[in-house]
Amino acid sequence: MKLNRRSFLGTATAATAALSAPAVMGQARPRVVVIGGGSGGGTAARYLAADSDGALDVTLIEPSRMHYTCYFSNLYMGGFWEFDDLGHDYGNLAMRGVNVIHDWAMAVDRDAKTVTLGSGAAIPYDRLVVSPGIDFVDGAVPGWDVSKQSLMPHAYKSGTQTQLLKSQVENMREGGTYCMVAPPNPYRCPPGPYERISMVAHILSQSNPTAKILIVDPKENFSKQGLFEEGWARHYGAMVERIGPDFGGDKVEVRPDAMEVVIDGMVEQVDVCNVIPAQKAGKIAELAGLTNDAGWAPVKPEDMRSRMDDNIFVLGDASQQGAMPKSGFSANSQAKVVSNVIRGELTGSRIFPARYSNTCWSLIATNDGVKVGASYEPGADQIESVSSFISQTGEDAELRRQTYEESIGWYNGIVADIFG
Amino acid sequence: MLKQNFAALLLAGAVLAPAGAFGQAVPLGDATEGAELYQYECASCHQIGDGAEHRIGPHLNRIFDRRAGSYEEFHYSEALARQGRDGLYWDLARLDAYIENPRSLVSGTNMAYPGLEDATERADLIAFIRAYSDQPQNIPEASPTAFAPEVRLPPEVLAIEGDAEYGAFLSAECTTCHQRSGDFAGIPGIVGWPQEDFVVAMHAYKKRLRPHEVMQNLAQRLDDEEIAALAAYFESLRD
Ligand SMILES: Cc1cc2nc3c(=O)[nH]c(=O)nc-3n(C[C@H](O)[C@H](O)[C@H](O)COP(=O)(O)OP(=O)(O)OC[C@H]3O[C@@H](n4cnc5c(N)ncnc54)[C@H](O)[C@@H]3O)c2cc1C
Ligand code: HEC
Ligand code: HEC
Repeated sequence: MKLNRRSFLGTATAATAALSAPAVMGQARPRVVVIGGGSGGGTAARYLAADSDGALDVTLIEPSRMHYTCYFSNLYMGGFWEFDDLGHDYGNLAMRGVNVIHDWAMAVDRDAKTVTLGSGAAIPYDRLVVSPGIDFVDGAVPGWDVSKQSLMPHAYKSGTQTQLLKSQVENMREGGTYCMVAPPNPYRCPPGPYERISMVAHILSQSNPTAKILIVDPKENFSKQGLFEEGWARHYGAMVERIGPDFGGDKVEVRPDAMEVVIDGMVEQVDVCNVIPAQKAGKIAELAGLTNDAGWAPVKPEDMRSRMDDNIFVLGDASQQGAMPKSGFSANSQAKVVSNVIRGELTGSRIFPARYSNTCWSLIATNDGVKVGASYEPGADQIESVSSFISQTGEDAELRRQTYEESIGWYNGIVADIFG
Repeated sequence: MLKQNFAALLLAGAVLAPAGAFGQAVPLGDATEGAELYQYECASCHQIGDGAEHRIGPHLNRIFDRRAGSYEEFHYSEALARQGRDGLYWDLARLDAYIENPRSLVSGTNMAYPGLEDATERADLIAFIRAYSDQPQNIPEASPTAFAPEVRLPPEVLAIEGDAEYGAFLSAECTTCHQRSGDFAGIPGIVGWPQEDFVVAMHAYKKRLRPHEVMQNLAQRLDDEEIAALAAYFESLRD
């Protein structure tokens, strides 16, 4: 397959203009600050800057100089994608007029309307967009905390964890056991853990065919379950075993130093253990007082505006909006609605009614791609699904291959839309 | 039962197509008239009947209920082959749409045929071609083929002046997959198309004549004004 994925990667080499403070202009332009340069924040910053043609002063706060997408990191694990091709820098966003500051947002002073950075600087805003992704709930899996993440990786945030997990899988002893502790709802990318299982099975069935894969799952059901189970049986025989809540999948404890997993009192010795804990909104949303008891930031369905503060919008995984899954596609879709609204409020441009959509592809095996998607609209209290579709079991190989190729088209499309 | 009556009547000439998804029963047409039209309109590129072979276009024996673009030995356009993989089958509605305006159904098709405007003539032609297909009683799974009598968009729909600024907002929903640069990287480019082609393509998804659930789902909630707005905006992105 000759797809020109490299052609745009080649252009993304311009040096990032990292400024220590927003550009100071002659006249006061309205200021928008965006926290987090992932799918939600990156899209919002780009659309705000590009569409307002300089009328807005847009600052993006993001600690990393390269954003490694979580989407397609499973394909990297399966050997279908290069790690380097997951990485995107902020050069083009800077070129489009976004002030990119590589630092952490440490606090938000909602009365003074400022964001305090790790450097101590305080950045003023008229509107604030918060898209920090997820953090893990402390104590969600007894025995596990982030200090154990090199023994039992989560590989569920962008960065080097995925490389670690991949090398552990590749170096697993012959006939060993790979165990995944799957998360309870809601969590980012509903099919993500199961796509990962598919990719690990793909690798092991070639290099270590007597290995076992064990999923310990607190959920009764999971996304695209019929499609995954059909695919696992077809491609990987009996390699994958799942223990649901009926057999204690919801009563799990791990002992990282001993590489043991305790399922409802039964001790299992495992060789690789991928712990994906329960999740909540990224820490800064909580520090800014935007979250509820459930740990997520509730927003209004018509424009993703925080229910805690009219000048703040929360996007992507951190938000609690209703029916949209926590995905990169959703975050990107929400960001476009938010930038249209913010631009309208601050510059008087036209505001259009929100429309949202999402499609999530998953790869089950070589050329065996499936998808699920829906359109969404704001309801009275939350975002609601208006129509949806999902791949069918028993589809022919041609269609599955085409679906996989489309997923590559989508990856190239969304990263061009954000970072291109 | 319905299918068998249909097949039996077909040979006799003018018949009623069963009402299908499009909810309308229309006369299929006169196969004798159709034979003559075929000579003028199609025979220069397509053979049909005993011993028919591929020429400029593939032969049209047993075209009904075949997957589009499925003769391995024929070199199709990538666009038609893709639609076939997505699940485009030649039933009455799709054949009618393709003959009426090939690009409304398959934008990138290389069938250099301008289309046949007259609905009665198309119905005659299809009745003729139908006689060279397997009869439904021989292929039990053959669908009782729905027939969309008018694929043509009313002139007032085609005449809508698109609001490009609204189109720019709406386009953000598209550029997650279709690149603004027009690059093809797994999903076709849609930049710089003539507005009419864009509009008929989107309506073909909306009517579910074109396969592809993502596009059908997105097109479903776009109204005529919104489709025109998108067409105006994407045309304006032409280099
Ligand atoms: C294995 C896996 C597979 C996936 N596959 C898909 C897929 O196929 N399709 C899909 O649509 N989605 C997929 N996802 C989900 C997708 O990655 C997320 O839903 C998406 O990234 C959410 O966007 P976001 O903006 O909310 O958060 P992120 O993209 O995570 O961005 C958050 C950013 O905020 C920054 N940040 C955090 N705190 C601060 C702070 N205090 N100050 C400044 N910056 C901060 C972080 O550095 C990060 O860059 C997958 C996820 C995983 C884990
Ligand atoms: C100028 C030559 C030409 C004429 C005239 C023409 N076709 Fe075609 N036709 C083609 C070509 C070439 C293809 C393959 C298109 C592609 O690959 O995109 C095709 C494809 C088709 C297909 C799809 C076949 C398949 O296997 O999926 C049908 C059906 C069809 N034509 C019907 C007709 C009918 C009916 C007429 C007359 C009204 C007609 N064509 C007139 C050249 C022509
Ligand atoms: C989730 C990804 C996705 C999104 C979002 C999307 N499309 Fe598509 N689109 C596709 C795919 C995949 C195809 C190819 C379909 C096929 O093979 O039949 C396509 C095909 C098309 C075509 C026909 C192209 C051709 O060459 O025949 C048009 C026109 C189009 N899309 C317009 C749009 C518009 C307008 C929007 C926004 C309202 C949009 N699309 C949003 C994935 C998408």
